[in-house]
Amino acid sequence: MDSNQAGKQHSLMGSEAASERTLYPYVTGSSVVALKFKDGILMAADMGGSYGSTLRYKSVERLKPAGKHSLLGASGEISDFQEILRYLDELILYDNMWDDGNSLGPKEVHNYLTRVMYNRRNKFDPLWNSLVLGGVKNGQKYLGMVSMIGVNFEDNHVTTGFGNHLARPILRDEWHENLSYEDGVKLLEKCMRVLLYRDRSAINKLQIAKITEEGVTISPPYALKTFWGFSAFENPTVGAEGSW
Amino acid sequence: MTKQQANWSPYDNNGGSCVAIAGADYCVVAADTRMSTGYSILTRDYSKICKLADKCVMASSGFQADVKALQKLLAARHLIYQQQHNKQMSCPAMGQLLSNTLYYKRFFPYYSFNVLGGLDSEGKGCVFTYDAVGSYERVGYSSQGSGSTLIMPFLDNQLKSPSPLLLPALDAVTPLSESEAVDLVKTVFASATERDIYTGDKLEIVVLNAEGIRREYIELRKD
Repeated sequence: MDSNQAGKQHSLMGSEAASERTLYPYVTGSSVVALKFKDGILMAADMGGSYGSTLRYKSVERLKPAGKHSLLGASGEISDFQEILRYLDELILYDNMWDDGNSLGPKEVHNYLTRVMYNRRNKFDPLWNSLVLGGVKNGQKYLGMVSMIGVNFEDNHVTTGFGNHLARPILRDEWHENLSYEDGVKLLEKCMRVLLYRDRSAINKLQIAKITEEGVTISPPYALKTFWGFSAFENPTVGAEGSW
Repeated sequence: MTKQQANWSPYDNNGGSCVAIAGADYCVVAADTRMSTGYSILTRDYSKICKLADKCVMASSGFQADVKALQKLLAARHLIYQQQHNKQMSCPAMGQLLSNTLYYKRFFPYYSFNVLGGLDSEGKGCVFTYDAVGSYERVGYSSQGSGSTLIMPFLDNQLKSPSPLLLPALDAVTPLSESEAVDLVKTVFASATERDIYTGDKLEIVVLNAEGIRREYIELRKD
């Protein structure tokens, strides 16, 4: 975390001038969970920005709109996410400047992000993020993911990081076609609650974003109800002879 | 000061198996649709098969981002070829292009294990099999990917291809009918799915023959 990192050369490349590339992530966001529902896409992420094991930032917005038809969620290095938002800003701007009534749909934005991530990986200078891109255009729903090395796919539900281990199985079991908005939110909250209980880097302050043909809405931050009143937690040493 | 170690790898293995079998007047190309990373499944519905030309289909497994980049590159090169030659690329021509493309990145390879299947200019089935850096040969059948070690010996047993060392050279394509070959492919994937954790979910079968291209999907075990 100190300035002499900037002078080191990456051992995988030949000799070159002092490198200033990402070697490790510093401020990181935790999982993003997203699913398709009847009218579009629902996406959830907590608002934590961890600095190693310290919870440094507690109001990080990890869900952002990208143009009229897309929503981007990111986990991983927050500064790299901010740079990606700048890239997308420019992409959408140029798209609007054509002023031809056409606008980039979620599939196109996802493809663009995939190419950006893959090309950075090819230069051994990755953007340390896992991105979730969801949107609706002309009634067609789209939800995809890109990893920091360019691995990408689309599916009916998508998660990053710990979400793949904890939330995806829940989604595989309970997701179905044409979920109502309320059911979709309930399902997302169920996933986020499990992550809250079991992911060390998750915090109880989250936003849920919705994108439909009408547009994007990102909820204000709120907290999930949690339950800790299990008898095993209340008297954890009952039955353990000699413990206290 | 110790040498700096890399803390990330530019490669990942997204798993899966591919098979191609050449017949007298058809070619079968098949791959499962599971995409994994580590011990997790990313998606159960990802196609590893890409149609490069009218009579040429490629199935690739390995690192998905490299596979995608390779498919895009070859598709773009095919577009250029069509503009310059006013015709589709033949399967053997695409075979050579794929080999050259892979070797071009010999010192930062595409982590992609490919089988190319199609019809040659005589309408006979042809299959080309590759390693990650472009070494290739024309064969009667092949498999690549995580299940290839399970699949290849079974294909050797069932298809009994004559040795390529024989003189005069004997035909490598199988005398089996198209439906027999497709059944063999289904059997082979059902077996590979049992023992290879990275193979499963769904099987995508593409058949090329004189009439055109046909696609079939079969469910596989999801565990």
